[in-house]
Amino acid sequence: MGVDLSVQIGALTLANPLIAASGCFGYGVEYAEAVDLSTLGGVAVKGLFLKEREGHPPERIVETPSGMLNAIGLQGIGVHRFVREKLPELRQLGATVIVNICGSTLDEYVELARILSDAEGVAALELNISCPNIKEGGITFGCSLHGTFDVVSAVKKVTPLPVIPKLTPNVTDVASFARASEDAGADAVSLVNTFLAMAIDVETRRPILSNIVGGLSGPAIRPIAVRMVYECRRAVKIPVVGMGGIASARDALEFIIAGATAVQVGTANFVDPFIWGKLLDGITDYMRRHGVERLADLIGTIDTTSREKQWISS
Amino acid sequence: MLRDVEARVIRNTRLSPDYNVIALAAPDIAAATRPGQFVMVKSGRSGDPLLRRPFSVFEVLRSNNGVDGLTLLSKRIGVTTSMLFDAVEGDTISCLGPLGRPFELVDPPAEAWMVAGGVGLAPFATLGDALLARGTKTTLFYGARSGAELFYLDWFRSRGIRLVLSTEDGSLGDRARITVPLERELRDLGSRPVPAVMIYACGPEPMLEAVTHVAARFTCPSQVSVERVMGCGMGGCYSCVIPVRDDAGSESTRPAHHYVRSCIAGPVFRGDALVWD
Repeated sequence: MGVDLSVQIGALTLANPLIAASGCFGYGVEYAEAVDLSTLGGVAVKGLFLKEREGHPPERIVETPSGMLNAIGLQGIGVHRFVREKLPELRQLGATVIVNICGSTLDEYVELARILSDAEGVAALELNISCPNIKEGGITFGCSLHGTFDVVSAVKKVTPLPVIPKLTPNVTDVASFARASEDAGADAVSLVNTFLAMAIDVETRRPILSNIVGGLSGPAIRPIAVRMVYECRRAVKIPVVGMGGIASARDALEFIIAGATAVQVGTANFVDPFIWGKLLDGITDYMRRHGVERLADLIGTIDTTSREKQWISS
Repeated sequence: MLRDVEARVIRNTRLSPDYNVIALAAPDIAAATRPGQFVMVKSGRSGDPLLRRPFSVFEVLRSNNGVDGLTLLSKRIGVTTSMLFDAVEGDTISCLGPLGRPFELVDPPAEAWMVAGGVGLAPFATLGDALLARGTKTTLFYGARSGAELFYLDWFRSRGIRLVLSTEDGSLGDRARITVPLERELRDLGSRPVPAVMIYACGPEPMLEAVTHVAARFTCPSQVSVERVMGCGMGGCYSCVIPVRDDAGSESTRPAHHYVRSCIAGPVFRGDALVWD
């Protein structure tokens, strides 16, 4: 049985639901030796500001059981160098490029959106309003319903590209932020960014990360992320892009069944840069086993109806 | 070409209560590895630890059949190194590589001086072989806490690599840090017609910093292999960054610098490019 893996994010058709998560895949070109980027549904590149950024001093990551904390501080080359140095190669590699943009101010998001709308080879914009590791901008929009609404609507006014705000889980009710995004005209929402967390070296009593706190990712957060995707799916009509600890086809399917139209994979790619083919094979195999011809038909199919207990008589 | 291999353990040799050399059947990675490159190793299938750990390729194992695999020199410190210490023949270990920027080799009449501290010996077996194959006269300066932690001495000696040793307790070689004999020999060079010397160093960062300062004092070029906390080894995560000079040659005590990813811009750097933090 042939299966159709394509999914729709606004006007954008992805060949399959697998997107490399921003911040976990460099600018994409770093991974071209491990994976044919054209076989991915999308590549969300590392978050870009207008200007180059230094990022935080080391230590920048620390592992915890089934997870890792990071406080990279959005080190990056800035949008102009990205357009000049990385985008042509991504285009050549056939990647569906989703550019993650970060601003300290609303004007910076607008300016980034303008620049990237004029650049050749950008498929969509993901608005980083959720990085827990930097003080200025970003999260201040993502933790306020008005801020979220304002930044999404301002960006929508200046770009024809699909706009996907990336939501933080570090709020009381993430679904209300999905609604604010939808009201502002977002084409989709993506979630979750990392959970604000910390780790301490008890021998020295010092925080392990130079930034003291960082964002937790990896399989440890997956059940919370699935719940949040489920809540958002019920709250909005626009597509939800789910992420948080996906490390297998089963994990990806869990998000899709909870309501994710597409999924992003981040931390697992650090462990296995060859994971993408395995995920696609696993999803395809699942669809064949369950007689699902179109992946789109699987989205949000979680069955929450109460059922009689099935007793098996011997 | 990059590969991820479920590599069978061919043998595992304990060198001391902490150190071991583990041989892995990863012939394709081994054959493609250049001196100074590394592999990312995953211990088991559990989520603790979740990420891989970087290891320099120690030896490339060759037989009449060609390349059979590679070895890793490991010191037992954490979960992954304990797993490598305890592994037995027939176990499999996930091994991703080869990764990173290798050493640049020098040709005669230049000489190569390799400076190793402890487990920092790891990249110098393959480097020594590659240098000798070019006819480059090669010396290994090798320091450890005690003579019992200086390994593979006969291996290097039998190939014609000159050894200069030091230990913290004086049980073998100089009772000193390895930079002491290094500095002495550089000073001795001063009075005779100098074949250019390239210094290669790998070990703890304070040692690398000291080596680059000594090298700079004698206007001797150096290449150092660093190890930072590394998440992916591929340039994806930006965790293993190290500061390098914006403009090599600045005179200020802490020159303008920027962070680069040591996994893809390194792990081998020119000694005068790094800014020690």
